[in-house]
Amino acid sequence: MCGIVGLLVKTPALRARLGEMLVPMMIGMTERGPDSAGLAVFSAPLASGHKYSLYTASASFDWEGLAQQLFAHLRVPAKCEGHGNHAVLVTELAPEAVRQWFKEHFPVLHVLSCGRAIDLYKDIGTPGEVAQRYDFASLQGSHAVGHTRMATESAVTPDRAHPFTAGEDFCLVHNGSLSNPYGLRRMLETEGIHFETDNDTEAACRYLEWRMREGDVLETAIQKGFEELDGFYTFLIGTENKLALVRDPFACKPAIVAETDDYVAIASEFRSLAHLPDVKNAHIYEPNPEEMYVWTA
Amino acid sequence: MDSMNFDLAVTPLRDLNRFLHKEAVAQGIKQVTVLHPDGAHNIAVGLNAPVAVDIEGHAGYYAAGMLKHGEVTIHGNAGTGVAENMMSGKVHVKGFASVSAGASAHGGLLVVDGDTSLRCGISLKGGDIVVGGSVGSFSGFMAQAGRMVICGNAGDALGDSLYEAVIYVRGKIKSLGADARIEDMTESDYQAVGELLAAAGYTYDPHEFKRVASAKSLYHWNADANQEY
Amino acid sequence: MNDNEHILKHIAKEGSAGYDRKIMDYIHNAATHGLYEIRGMGAKRAVPNFDDLVLLGASLSRYPLEGYREKCSTKTILGTRFASKPIELEIPITIAGMSFGALSANVKESLGRAATELGTSTTTGDGGMTAEERQSSKTLVYQCLPSRYGFNPDDVRRADAIEIVIGQGAKPGGGGMLLGQKISPRVAKMRTLPEGIDQRSACRHPDWTGPDDLVIKIQELREMTDWEKPIYVKVGATRTFHDVKLAVHAGADVIVVDGMQGGTAATQTCFIEHVGIPTLAALRQAVDALEDLNMKGKVQLIISGGVRTGADVAKALAMGADAVAIGQGVLYALGCNHDAYTLDGVVHSACNDYEQLGTAAGYCHHCHTGRCPVGITTQDEQLAQRLMPDLGAKRLKNYLKTLNMELTTLARACGKQNVHHLEREDLAAMTIEAAAMARLPLAGTDWIPGFSQM
Repeated sequence: MCGIVGLLVKTPALRARLGEMLVPMMIGMTERGPDSAGLAVFSAPLASGHKYSLYTASASFDWEGLAQQLFAHLRVPAKCEGHGNHAVLVTELAPEAVRQWFKEHFPVLHVLSCGRAIDLYKDIGTPGEVAQRYDFASLQGSHAVGHTRMATESAVTPDRAHPFTAGEDFCLVHNGSLSNPYGLRRMLETEGIHFETDNDTEAACRYLEWRMREGDVLETAIQKGFEELDGFYTFLIGTENKLALVRDPFACKPAIVAETDDYVAIASEFRSLAHLPDVKNAHIYEPNPEEMYVWTA
Repeated sequence: MDSMNFDLAVTPLRDLNRFLHKEAVAQGIKQVTVLHPDGAHNIAVGLNAPVAVDIEGHAGYYAAGMLKHGEVTIHGNAGTGVAENMMSGKVHVKGFASVSAGASAHGGLLVVDGDTSLRCGISLKGGDIVVGGSVGSFSGFMAQAGRMVICGNAGDALGDSLYEAVIYVRGKIKSLGADARIEDMTESDYQAVGELLAAAGYTYDPHEFKRVASAKSLYHWNADANQEY
Repeated sequence: MNDNEHILKHIAKEGSAGYDRKIMDYIHNAATHGLYEIRGMGAKRAVPNFDDLVLLGASLSRYPLEGYREKCSTKTILGTRFASKPIELEIPITIAGMSFGALSANVKESLGRAATELGTSTTTGDGGMTAEERQSSKTLVYQCLPSRYGFNPDDVRRADAIEIVIGQGAKPGGGGMLLGQKISPRVAKMRTLPEGIDQRSACRHPDWTGPDDLVIKIQELREMTDWEKPIYVKVGATRTFHDVKLAVHAGADVIVVDGMQGGTAATQTCFIEHVGIPTLAALRQAVDALEDLNMKGKVQLIISGGVRTGADVAKALAMGADAVAIGQGVLYALGCNHDAYTLDGVVHSACNDYEQLGTAAGYCHHCHTGRCPVGITTQDEQLAQRLMPDLGAKRLKNYLKTLNMELTTLARACGKQNVHHLEREDLAAMTIEAAAMARLPLAGTDWIPGFSQM
């Protein structure tokens, strides 16, 4: 139960201002989601290798030491830039090897995201606090997916905050409540898919990413999702070069879109869009239920 | 002075609503302009006096909720449940309205110049709704009394489980809900549509509209009718 | 002996546990009518309840208070979180929401008069506020339900508190059912329905879904009432721990949790018996949720669903409720399921009327028919004469007084000068089920099943 925000800038010049435009959008959704907040930002993909957004509860974690140990063990260089309890690690190693190594040597680390274009931040606190903690205003990129959470069933912890990720360069945020997350989860587990939380949204995220790994394009995966995912939802999905928005057939959970020549902005409520530049002249509309809205960066 | 400005960028909503409930009448204020609504919720809820409120921009949830006597104009779009449970008076949305516009309205007139999202007129209890554009699915769900005039198209399941409310549609109906049916227009229907269109400021010909009302087959349980109950 | 005698002697009558009389009747009924059974009242199946708990009276380790001389306060204040005018009650026992429509106008008046005399509140129910009940009730809680029947801003302004009803213990997730017999001209007018039709109410509110939208709905009602009146949120007991937390998040002043034993005027039997969790389990979850959020005492908790006696009230308070709400107990006090009624001062047998409904006094749950033999759950003018407000108010007053005396008696026995000082350490469980659900130790042990080692 939550607030959703998303932004995709069409004008390359605006990429430098992505975070700055997003912060007031997230703060606008504080009442819908006061417990925790998260943001995934997609920027120009790495030429090679992968990057990992990492989180640890301790703010004094030795991030440089982490990169050194990784090199010492696996003999592949890694670069790790940390800020407090968050870091981005870049390496040429294969993702499976990196995840396995983290699991064995640093089980306290949460891998928030993995990919070539995605950076992800999520933590407990009000959206304003989290945005300040990680300096969201300074973030740059082509598109972003943000979320503010009012926890329903699962607890208030950073890993249960949204966005959820699966695979590479894939994230999803959710407003609503799924009614069959456990069945879905058990089905995916038989496919060898591992879950990290008890959150219903993680089931939707892993389901769609699994469909795409099985060969579906995003649109086909979402189409299958309409059949498999029961309950109420507005989903906003980010991939390396796409932003996608869908609502369930009953459309009980809100969403509104403002589109100009420069950007497309999405939020649960208009009050998160009110301060965007030139929003007065934007094309403003509500997405229809069971219809896919996909924008390309 | 019989008009007032409230700028929600600087004045808390609570002050505006309290003013509308208490001071407006005492001070003889006839018109209030609300600036910078910026999607704020609950603007002018519970207005209970013949005051005209002009909201200069987009409103959030429940604008003019439970209105009685007043006239509220939203010079922009309206969020969820605009004019919900309205008793009397008029609400005019110049842009589009989100879900549940006019939900459970007992009286008064809601006009939406643009489209409305799903469930427009859900649980309607006597109010009138005129939509210049189209309405989303499940509109008129369980509507008990009152009238809806839809100048554009209607989505799925229009008028599902209708009671005594009547819906007039000018455009296409994607599908009718359970127990809703299209009926012949009578002279009194043409007259009603004409009056509502005039009140809303539209000039369509009432003869372009068709009437949707309850077939009343769900009014009493019947095992042999294969009812969805 | 001949062959026939031989057969008669050996008729085997081994009943099936899986297909007992009840299940056979159910299947026969379904096959005949093609419709689920609809009935009134609450779950009839046996569930762990307050009878499975005992209070630990004072002795040497604790000192009791004298019954008559040493005061025990029952004052109860609800809605202290945001409302500028909280509800102040003399006793922690309130009247649950029961609609005019389900009940006659006479009964609604009885409830108001008795509650007012004892300084407690009544609640409107689905179908709007009647002038009689507003007039007779000093403190009236106005329900805002999914159906919004008769809901209007004037009554919001007239109410002392607003209760947003999300669900009912008898049917969490379901809407109401009021069958045609009870849609009298007055009920029809109040609910804007044609007379005599079967009324199905919505299960979801028409203009919000989920806690994030409820935040805004609660704000609307606060803005409506200039932040004066407490806003209650009522949930049927299911995922109570989460639901209570979300209601707190959404901004409720008071949370009402209705357990599965809670009654209804008319609902599918499959709902009444098979959806929701017992009051005992729900109460513990609700208290846990409030404590988890550090909101105990800041957001008040009302528990309902099978609260019948003063002992029930004492145990509910000890478990952490701030007040209880009673529905069915109130109906019984008025004479529900009694074999006689009083008309013009003369006592008449109601037995034939029960029989015509296909039941008998003591077994009746036929509220949905509107043919209540004792004139309580009816809109029939003749039947409604069988319970006049004077008698109804007197009986209910006696019942509430008894409950309150029992409550203070038990609280004093536990050494409390205030009934709200009862605490869960004053309780022990008699059965393993109750111990597990209420998370209280089995009497004489420290054992809480699933929680502590023996």
